[in-house]
Amino acid sequence: MDSTTATASTAPAKSLRRREFNGLPLIAPSVGVLLLWMIVPLVMTLWFSFLRYNLLDPTVSGFAGLDNYRYLVADANFWVSILNTLLLIGSVLVVTVVGGVLLAVLFDQDFPGRNIARLFAVAPFFVMPTVAALIWKNLILHPIYGIFGSFAVLLGVEPIDFFGQYPLLSVILIVSWEWTPFAFLILLTAIQSLDREQLEAARMDGAGAFAQFFYIVLPHLSRAISVVVMIETIFLLTIFAEIFVTTAGGPGNATTNLAFLIYARALLQFDVGGASAGGVVAIILANIVAAFLVRSIARRLEI
Amino acid sequence: MAVLGWGVAFLLFFPILWMFLVSFKTESEAILPGLFFTPTTQSYAQVLDRADYLNFALNSVVISVGGTVLALAFAIPAAYVMSFHPGKRTRGTLLWMLSTKMLPPVGVLVPIYLIFRQLNLLDSRTGMIIIYALMNLPIIVWMLFTFFKEVPKEILEAGRMDGAGTADEVRHILLPLTLPGIASTGLLSLILCWNEAFWSLNLTTSTAAPLTAFIASFSSPQGLFFAKLSAASTMAVAPILIFGWLSQKQLVQGLTFGAVK
Amino acid sequence: MVRGSGSRAASVRRRVTTMLALAAAAWCGPASAEPTTITVATVNNGDMIIMQSLTRQFEQAHPDVRIRWVILEENVLRQRVTTDIATRAGQFDVVTVGNYEVPIWAKQGWLRPFDDLPAEYDVGDLIGTVREGLSVDGKLYGLPFYAESAMTYYRKDLFEKAGLTMPEQPTYAQVRDFAGKITDRRARTFGICLRGKPGWGENMAYLTTLVHTFGGQWFGKDWKPEIESAPWKSAIAYYTDILKKDGPPGATSNGFNENLVLFAGGRCGMWIDSTVAAGLLYDPSQSTVSDRTAFAAMPVGDYTGGPTWLWSWNLAIPATSQKRDAAKTFVQWATGKDYVRLVAKEKGWVSAPPGTRRSTYASEEYRKAAPFSGFVLKAIETANPNGQTREPRPPGASGAQFVAIPEFQGIGTAVGQTLAATVTGRNTIEEALAIAQNATAQTMRQAGYPK
Repeated sequence: MDSTTATASTAPAKSLRRREFNGLPLIAPSVGVLLLWMIVPLVMTLWFSFLRYNLLDPTVSGFAGLDNYRYLVADANFWVSILNTLLLIGSVLVVTVVGGVLLAVLFDQDFPGRNIARLFAVAPFFVMPTVAALIWKNLILHPIYGIFGSFAVLLGVEPIDFFGQYPLLSVILIVSWEWTPFAFLILLTAIQSLDREQLEAARMDGAGAFAQFFYIVLPHLSRAISVVVMIETIFLLTIFAEIFVTTAGGPGNATTNLAFLIYARALLQFDVGGASAGGVVAIILANIVAAFLVRSIARRLEI
Repeated sequence: MAVLGWGVAFLLFFPILWMFLVSFKTESEAILPGLFFTPTTQSYAQVLDRADYLNFALNSVVISVGGTVLALAFAIPAAYVMSFHPGKRTRGTLLWMLSTKMLPPVGVLVPIYLIFRQLNLLDSRTGMIIIYALMNLPIIVWMLFTFFKEVPKEILEAGRMDGAGTADEVRHILLPLTLPGIASTGLLSLILCWNEAFWSLNLTTSTAAPLTAFIASFSSPQGLFFAKLSAASTMAVAPILIFGWLSQKQLVQGLTFGAVK
Repeated sequence: MVRGSGSRAASVRRRVTTMLALAAAAWCGPASAEPTTITVATVNNGDMIIMQSLTRQFEQAHPDVRIRWVILEENVLRQRVTTDIATRAGQFDVVTVGNYEVPIWAKQGWLRPFDDLPAEYDVGDLIGTVREGLSVDGKLYGLPFYAESAMTYYRKDLFEKAGLTMPEQPTYAQVRDFAGKITDRRARTFGICLRGKPGWGENMAYLTTLVHTFGGQWFGKDWKPEIESAPWKSAIAYYTDILKKDGPPGATSNGFNENLVLFAGGRCGMWIDSTVAAGLLYDPSQSTVSDRTAFAAMPVGDYTGGPTWLWSWNLAIPATSQKRDAAKTFVQWATGKDYVRLVAKEKGWVSAPPGTRRSTYASEEYRKAAPFSGFVLKAIETANPNGQTREPRPPGASGAQFVAIPEFQGIGTAVGQTLAATVTGRNTIEEALAIAQNATAQTMRQAGYPK
């Protein structure tokens, strides 16, 4: 915790507080269950990652040492999957934040039926990821039955095979569709708390719409953007259903992210040892991301 | 502006609208892009005939609400301590909590499955409630933390001078003040639970199976299935969508309180 | 819970009966009439949906057994059931498994043998190749629900229009030629549809048979993968070439189900796939081309007589099930002769579960309703899953469109992904085969082969 607030509040607080406040009983349950939730499976995962353990073949057994990790690092798909994980997060963040800001600015203006239109615009966030992926795959992007395919035929061009030709882009599109409304909702809330007089003053000083946007609106939104980035990053790191339904990680390894790679080991090859090694790596990656990204954002959020 | 606003809203909503329309087509119409057709509810009838929708939906409601309530019960005390009595490790604890959310669940499926088998929690609503509570606890703690931080310490301290204990302090002062924030946190958690499709598919069989399992039985069967899939999807999405629309105001109102402000 | 009876009244009545039974039990001590509820896990394929819809008939005939259905799509079901059985959690009393899993799981001791089948079940009536695939040391570990081989479907009208005749036994060279002549991109009809969706049971099922007839195989002696061999190269070159030139767009998303929809919707000139599609393609309520569909044998390359294609979906009882007797009652009902007749009565003979019983094929009505029946029977009987490939197979290797070792589903799916990427042009055939060879060799080393 930052020390400024602490020192500011100690002086009056001291006289009031007879005894040091003991927060442990209150925080302990949460931390305790989370610890259990984390530690028990984590220890088991760590233990499994050093074993030769295949669910389908009980004859494969014994201590594997670092073999599972060696196989993982030697797997070309592993590095691609880390790259894909980062690409996916990065692209979706950019699309949803930019899209969210634009939508927020748009829906901050008054126009007839605005509140109803807003309901429609936020709807994708409530749709289950599996359903979202199924709709996009079968009804929208499908080169023969999908809307896009029909348009292409109408225009007399060859329909695009989205999941074959642009697999990662298609996944990014679907995921962005789901998360843009979330960003929009949060950013709209933030933009509505903007001081209108400030904007008015800027306009009087002759600032154009762009100047107003970049010098007043955007800085005002920075905190909300941090919130969006943080929450989305947490969910995007483990994105799975959209890939499972549409491309199953392919073609080749084009859409294999770390979550899918671990899935393939755990539930296609039933190689629990290998999957556990992947899980351990995912934990490390999560903590690196937490350290870098979340920490820099967390500072802005005054944690 | 109206045209632009409505245009964008229409584009974003279009996939859902299209799903809704296709669900009223026959299977052979569903593979054609036609906009004009005689609506029929035969797909809904077939879906309902094959699956006990109400039971799936009930499970979804029970485990989403249960998971959310349980998580809030754990999170409120923790967030209270973190925001009003922060220690040296508060920041680290919060970040660590959030990082637990970044591990792909499939990485720990086998350990969890074994533990659940041992505790007899497989295919039980209790088990799913526990999993969902744990799954969303980090986000909930963090959101509550940001809301609680907005409450001036002086208010709580004034209460304390009047001789209120910690429990009273939380119940009578903090909770009423931050109710909109807690409500929007709960709403977000409900939505996340409802849409969760990994644990619900892998840890349930029938008694506790929610709507995500219902969808998995329609997702790619043999023969023409677009209309049935659309009907099943509409039925799985509609409750949470309507709920989300109705509670949108609360969601937004709550958010203005905390982190976003 | 997926409940088959459909009628709410029936389920309410059932609940009331259960409650009454419970009350009775509470009053009068242990009740003997308490029905046993079994959990049955199955795939959402058409034949299984029919089985689910006949639950009421089963429960009427066997009032002491109640069924709880768990119906999931194939991939989800497989991961669900495998996790459960391998961890011995015992969530299911009856599982639906393929002829790939049955012998492997039986050897692990995960399944209960059916060693006391009653005479009226008539084991001898089961088709030989299918029964052998489910037996370990002479004991049956799964009872076949339906079985399939593969064949070539084609559109009579398109062939006539192009002035072509499909021979009874086409060669792949002829198929290549036909596909080119039939494709009409303007009309959105494509010469050939083939499985392209990655997966050991999807594109690799087809490609394995293709490789076999091109003279190749997965493993040589000592279980060394032979994916970089010349037959693989020519088979994959043939496959990618024909799909790119005459296949539908998005071929790498198409598995069996997707191709079925394409063919039934009139988009494909030819389609080489499972024989179960015949029942669906000839059914006017499911197919827009039911009167224009014809069939021929699966095409051959330069090696003939090797393993082709044999798959069966079977019902089996996990060793962990506590309700063995009730489960057995159900499995025998769903795979028995009377079940076939029941389906014929309720849904028509064309929907009868194919490929499992001789008596089905002996039925005059079935042969009339399903003109393809004799053909399918022959394809299944000659699938030759344990047969020789051109070069000798490693000792103990079996399986027609798969290799019956536990590692195959992982290997097949990984290789399937790599090859899908060649169809979309992300890598060349040589690159893909090299990647596949290395990954497979790695997995086999890890698993400790040669064993």
